[in-house]
Amino acid sequence: MSEGNAAHNHTGPGHHHHEPHAPSYYVKIWAVLLVLLIVSITGPMLGNKILTLITAFGIAVVKALIVAAFFMHLNVEKKYIWYVLLTMLAAVAIFYFGVAADVQKYNGSNWTKPASYKYDEDMKKAHEAGGHGGEHGAEHGAEAGATHGAAQ
Amino acid sequence: MATAIPIATQRSATGIPTGKLALWWVIGSEIVIFGGLLASYLMMRLMYDSWSDAASHTNTVAGAINTFILLTSSLFAVLAHDAAERGKGPQAAGYLLLTIGGGLNFLVVKAIEWTGEISHGFTITTNTFWSFYYTACGLHGLHVIGGMICMGIIAFDAVRGKNLQRVEYIGLYWHFVDIVWIFLFPLIYIAK
Repeated sequence: MSEGNAAHNHTGPGHHHHEPHAPSYYVKIWAVLLVLLIVSITGPMLGNKILTLITAFGIAVVKALIVAAFFMHLNVEKKYIWYVLLTMLAAVAIFYFGVAADVQKYNGSNWTKPASYKYDEDMKKAHEAGGHGGEHGAEHGAEAGATHGAAQ
Repeated sequence: MATAIPIATQRSATGIPTGKLALWWVIGSEIVIFGGLLASYLMMRLMYDSWSDAASHTNTVAGAINTFILLTSSLFAVLAHDAAERGKGPQAAGYLLLTIGGGLNFLVVKAIEWTGEISHGFTITTNTFWSFYYTACGLHGLHVIGGMICMGIIAFDAVRGKNLQRVEYIGLYWHFVDIVWIFLFPLIYIAK
């Protein structure tokens, strides 16, 4: 018997059985995901910032949870897997909150980031000029805009 | 002479088959890779208003079509797993081929989208937004390609009823790639 057959046919050690579902069960979940996709696209079209946050990002979280729970079967998976995944998500959160305090500020009590001001200003100028918004866009924005910006 | 069975496939300290456990750890490490990338994007996006201007040039239609394609391919992947659970190797292989087809469609749409962006002058060196755009989407695309290759190998075995447990493992990986896209889509294509 091959390695696979030993572990498969669900006789291998520790094999965890999922309750079998009819294919229609998964098709229904897929249909729900598509409805959520449509909402996530149309919601932001209304132009309300809070509604965009809810419909775009809130629904992204819901869609991800649905895929994880029903397609990846995390709803019936052993808790051990949850601990692994949540630990990794915690690592990402530590990274974000550890670094964001510096990255997302132009200045603090004893420091400033003049390059950040310049970067943002250059990007905005280039965009207003109809260019690409490149780091060098402020200088070349108008020229680039004439070439490409109109097509956008 | 009987084929030796690796010890790792015969033990299970956690009650989870070793191969499946390894796959979950792969996904765990991928969470840190993509999580770090997305967290970095979020920081820059929240810091600089100008990123909103840059994001206004991304192709929402292409992003939406690709989201639809990946969600549908995830359906095929879970149906392949379901068929494998029932011991129907050829059927599982068929669904895996459909999933690969979804991946191919995704890449075609992505290629068309990138061609459009590049022809309009938005390249990886244009500015940090576009650097992120090509890095994140490119890394994700590489994961799609890797998944398709593995899926092809597994489908080759599955059609003969071999190693059917791997159908579930590659499905888990594919769903994760789908989830990454679910977050990339609003970040890059919708929030403008």
